[in-house]
Amino acid sequence: MKAKIKVTVVENTMIAGGVYRIKFLLPAEGCPDNIRPGQFVGVYVPDASRLLPRPISINFWEPDERILTLVYRVSGEGTSLLSKVKTGESLSVIGILGNGYPMEELLKKNVLLAGGGIGAPPLLELAKQLRAGGSDSRITAVLGYRTDDLFLVDEFRQYADVIIATDDGTAGFKGNVIEAAKAAGGTYDVICSCGPMPMLRGVKAYAAELGIPAYISLEERMACGVGVCLGCVCKTVHRDAHSLVNNARVCTEGPVFPAEEVDI
Amino acid sequence: MNNNAQGPVPDLSVEIAGVRFKTPVMTASGTFGSGIEYSQFMDLNRLGAVVTKGVANVPWPGNPTPRVAEVYGGMLNAIGLQNPGIDVFIERDLAFLEQFDTRVIVNVCGRSVADYVETVERLRDEKRVDMLEINVSCPNVKEGAIAFGTNADMLFSITKEIKKAAAQPVIMKLTPNVTSIAEMAKAAEAGGADAVSLINTITGMKIDVERQTFALANKTGGLSGPAIHPVAVRMVYEASRAVRIPVIGMGGIRTAEDALEMILAGASGVAVGAMSFHDPLTAIHVTEGIEDYMRRHKTGSVSELIGAVHE
Repeated sequence: MKAKIKVTVVENTMIAGGVYRIKFLLPAEGCPDNIRPGQFVGVYVPDASRLLPRPISINFWEPDERILTLVYRVSGEGTSLLSKVKTGESLSVIGILGNGYPMEELLKKNVLLAGGGIGAPPLLELAKQLRAGGSDSRITAVLGYRTDDLFLVDEFRQYADVIIATDDGTAGFKGNVIEAAKAAGGTYDVICSCGPMPMLRGVKAYAAELGIPAYISLEERMACGVGVCLGCVCKTVHRDAHSLVNNARVCTEGPVFPAEEVDI
Repeated sequence: MNNNAQGPVPDLSVEIAGVRFKTPVMTASGTFGSGIEYSQFMDLNRLGAVVTKGVANVPWPGNPTPRVAEVYGGMLNAIGLQNPGIDVFIERDLAFLEQFDTRVIVNVCGRSVADYVETVERLRDEKRVDMLEINVSCPNVKEGAIAFGTNADMLFSITKEIKKAAAQPVIMKLTPNVTSIAEMAKAAEAGGADAVSLINTITGMKIDVERQTFALANKTGGLSGPAIHPVAVRMVYEASRAVRIPVIGMGGIRTAEDALEMILAGASGVAVGAMSFHDPLTAIHVTEGIEDYMRRHKTGSVSELIGAVHE
């Protein structure tokens, strides 16, 4: 059985302007054995008038310690309340949700991780699992930020070669993630990406140009998070088996999709 | 049945239009799918009924996104009745529900009377279907749906056409976006409805002030959640005073107390909607709370509570 569970907050700190890292200690019972990078949890904020869980992707999972790490940006009242939760307090969480990156397609390959802003966090768990799954594979993370207010760079460096891109050029390459990747001129077997829609469109086009597959993680407003409400659909190229129309549920069939299968 | 110091074991079963339900607590259409997803969180056998998401004669793609937005004490949705059509619904969803000992109420939507009739006829021989709920109240689609539910004459005629085609008892699901819910309930009753259910969502709007545009691609959406509960209680009261057929109450039920308000106001059954998104087990907690209440009040049967506030 899946469940909405209580977790204990063991850290909730700001790691960049408006960006927080929150760590949950999960109860032993019902603790997942493994997490697919790109999966997410629904976090309920401590205010009963806020009904819906906030879908937040998993940044890092430490199964032995049962510590689940998320990184989120404060973008409204709900996440603002979340940012004020103190260590030792408990929160309700629903998950583990969604379908992540297809590890079997990625292991032992030369992988380009393209992360834009608050889309970068789930790529860290992916980098970790890719590194654990094959020491000879080359993992390059191109991380895009608005300014030099960077986050998670040291964490990525443990598993990947890191290239920084900033919109204003205050750190690393001046330009966007795709431009930085092109300038670096590496060769890759596959791209995995998460970030804002214009970047994902760029990734889709870049992968097509290189003739390699890309897997992109989409974001959409969700209500239930578990596939019931049909709030968070995206347009698909093929007719989806669940809906019989060209819609797939971002929360259930996604959030990670092969780039060529979604119409973005 | 045990008798103990707390009185008799409460009998939660209710009868609605000749159909016996083990509890009065159901799921509201559109907030529970067909139970497939939430069956991973809960035992569906504990529900009075699974009321499925609206299904039409053919697949519907629904509205563009964003389709949902949270508001204080509730949410707006403009899904637009995306559904895979009746063929897949029968093969996949009804087949799935075979394994459970709970009532199945199939919600039917359509763009025209002929659409509704076609779907209802397709369900005639489906033994797993205990009742039909006809959605004439969705505020998020341009054709059909709410157009039938806001005009008493149209509601009367579509009810009559559906009754001719239906094998199962028919519940007409009413919209609150009308001046007189009593008048609409009477029109459904006059058309031959076996029951009415209410309320569907209340039309609302949210503006995203940072982006200076609508929060929903559809601009307007249906408001649901605890914010609408007092409106729903009032309408359940008014409708149940106006008609002899049973009323099923829904709208922002969060707790057993909320459900009991509806029952005391005249509802024979209740449905949990948006709160399932907050906690998939809400319907179960509401059921347990009703049972506790009945023990405290030494109520033998939940039917004693139906409409108890009426003079």
